[in-house]
Amino acid sequence: MSRLEIRNLQVSVNTDAGAVEILKGVDLTINSGETHAIMGPNGSGKSTLAYSIAGHPKYTIVGGSVTLDGADVLEMSVDERAKAGLFLAMQYPVEVPGVSVSNFLRTAATALRGEAPKLRTWVGEVKEAMEALNMDPAFASRNVNEGFSGGEKKRHEIMQLELLKPKIAILDETDSGLDVDALRIVSEGVNRAKDKNNLGVLLITHYTRILKYIKPDFVHVFANGHIVEEGGPDLADKLEANGYADYVSK
Amino acid sequence: MSLATTNYLTPTGREEAWRFTPLKRLQGLHDGAAIDGQRTSLVTKSSLPVGVNFVRESLQPLASSDDVIIERVRGLAEEVSHLSIAANCELSEPIFLGRVLGALDTAEFSRVRISLGAHAVATVVLENTGDTVLAEDLEISLAPGSSLKFVTIQEFESKSVYTARHHAVVDKDAHFKSITITVGGDVVRILPTVEFIAPGASAELLGVYFATSGQFFEHRMHVDHAVPHAKSRVNYKGALVGRDTHTVWIGDVLIRAIAEGTDTYELNRNLLLSDGSRADSVPNLEIETGEIVGAGHASTTGRFDDEQLFYLMSRGISMENARRLVVRGFFNEIITEIGIEGVQERLMQRIDGELEKAGV
Ligand SMILES: Nc1ncnc2c1ncn2[C@@H]1O[C@H](COP(=O)(O)OP(=O)(O)OP(=O)(O)O)[C@@H](O)[C@H]1O
Ligand SMILES: [Mg+2]
Repeated sequence: MSRLEIRNLQVSVNTDAGAVEILKGVDLTINSGETHAIMGPNGSGKSTLAYSIAGHPKYTIVGGSVTLDGADVLEMSVDERAKAGLFLAMQYPVEVPGVSVSNFLRTAATALRGEAPKLRTWVGEVKEAMEALNMDPAFASRNVNEGFSGGEKKRHEIMQLELLKPKIAILDETDSGLDVDALRIVSEGVNRAKDKNNLGVLLITHYTRILKYIKPDFVHVFANGHIVEEGGPDLADKLEANGYADYVSK
Repeated sequence: MSLATTNYLTPTGREEAWRFTPLKRLQGLHDGAAIDGQRTSLVTKSSLPVGVNFVRESLQPLASSDDVIIERVRGLAEEVSHLSIAANCELSEPIFLGRVLGALDTAEFSRVRISLGAHAVATVVLENTGDTVLAEDLEISLAPGSSLKFVTIQEFESKSVYTARHHAVVDKDAHFKSITITVGGDVVRILPTVEFIAPGASAELLGVYFATSGQFFEHRMHVDHAVPHAKSRVNYKGALVGRDTHTVWIGDVLIRAIAEGTDTYELNRNLLLSDGSRADSVPNLEIETGEIVGAGHASTTGRFDDEQLFYLMSRGISMENARRLVVRGFFNEIITEIGIEGVQERLMQRIDGELEKAGV
């Protein structure tokens, strides 16, 4: 059982014109096995929340806390957070020229498991993970995200999620840019990780269609840098029908 | 034997061609102070297949040179180490050349020729190692339809000085591909130059340099499009780390008025891995005709990409390993072009080792 606790998190981003406050006190608790959906207008700070939890250097924590099973996440380096069990599937996965997917995955697995995976079982493990996401085995020898289509990048993120087995995963618009089949394939990957590893999920999305596949336990409305309403799955349907007008003016 | 200094101009450092080079560190190669040790260091490291010969002989230079050190080499060395590959000879295995008899107290003035007969195909790997003060005039002649992949690896010891011109004369439909790797030596100054003498000729000049702890590496291309319908590509990548480390990349491409249908592109990328290093990058395209297929250049100098490091680290990879992956990845594009697994892996390990030593 793991628990990610975010308390009164305030975050600013450094710009040429000085620090701009983006997150204005976020409170959220995610337990193993739970799925929390976050929905909110563009620019409201959803990715900022995701990146801040993962430790992106662009953001400055102004106040509040993030803990994973009581350990201070904000004190950890980016790789330590991953080792502690956090995973971020990025809205815009980064291209790393000259580094092959297979080399990248093996280096990551070695770091997370504390020893290099046995070559014989590892090859099979990667093959299986790629097949599960309907990715051509040829991707293993391609450079990380280089020239991948938008949908391929997202599938690659979820493939890593299954392979690296985190405790808590943040999925930042993993459903954006996916065709109907890919959406189902990616959702099944997330659900497998939930079933097998009792994964806790923070799922950032603009659309209710992914929530038909990955059933949220909680839906949070995010606006202007914090959570403005919380509810069950039916809140998502209400948002789809009415938009965010009620919340943005608050 | 010491050499006569009278007939040669001595660069002062104000000349365009010498403005970056630390003349004081050239061990007298440029001003006549270097003593000729009368050495011949170049040897073949593999047995030579049928159609390939390696001899010392007297040869006239292929092309003129306005480089002062090359003029001195020509004045001192009459004999040339000549690797020749006969017409129509297609070699399946690379030929390895290497060095013996290095020394730091005297200099070597060396002339080398590599020639391919018509339609010959070969890969030649020159591994430059050891302690040496070496000035070299290396000329390559490619007969019509021939194709050469020429890999030079500058892996000299830390006090060595190497100044050289690697000049290729490329005939009709011949293809010259060079991969110039510079990782060792105190001062390395190479002039990779190409002269096209008939249409259909092409050249690809690739390079990697990795300079650390005060090393000076200069690569000064010159591609002369003196005929119509020739194609050239230049792609050099460098990484620098440490105080007073300095690299220079000059990309001179000349498209003469007669050179219609020219297709050229040159690229230089530098990665600054620490403070205190300096990378000069000067692409220089001179175009005398508008009737061309394409001509372009790009040059970038930057630091580690935070987004790349963040992405790798968010998967549990340590900062140190993430940087190593990014640097390896940066060089990988060129190193894999060597196409010889053992050589590639050795170079990558050397790069890892240098990174570790530099504490990046
Ligand atoms: N460097 C910066 N300078 C100024 N503003 C910035 C900078 N970086 C981020 N912001 C602002 O922070 C706010 C939050 O951005 P964020 O990416 O977190 O939004 P989001 O909720 O994920 O939006 P979307 O739904 O479009 O993905 C935006 O208004 C954005 O413009
Ligand atoms: Mg976003």
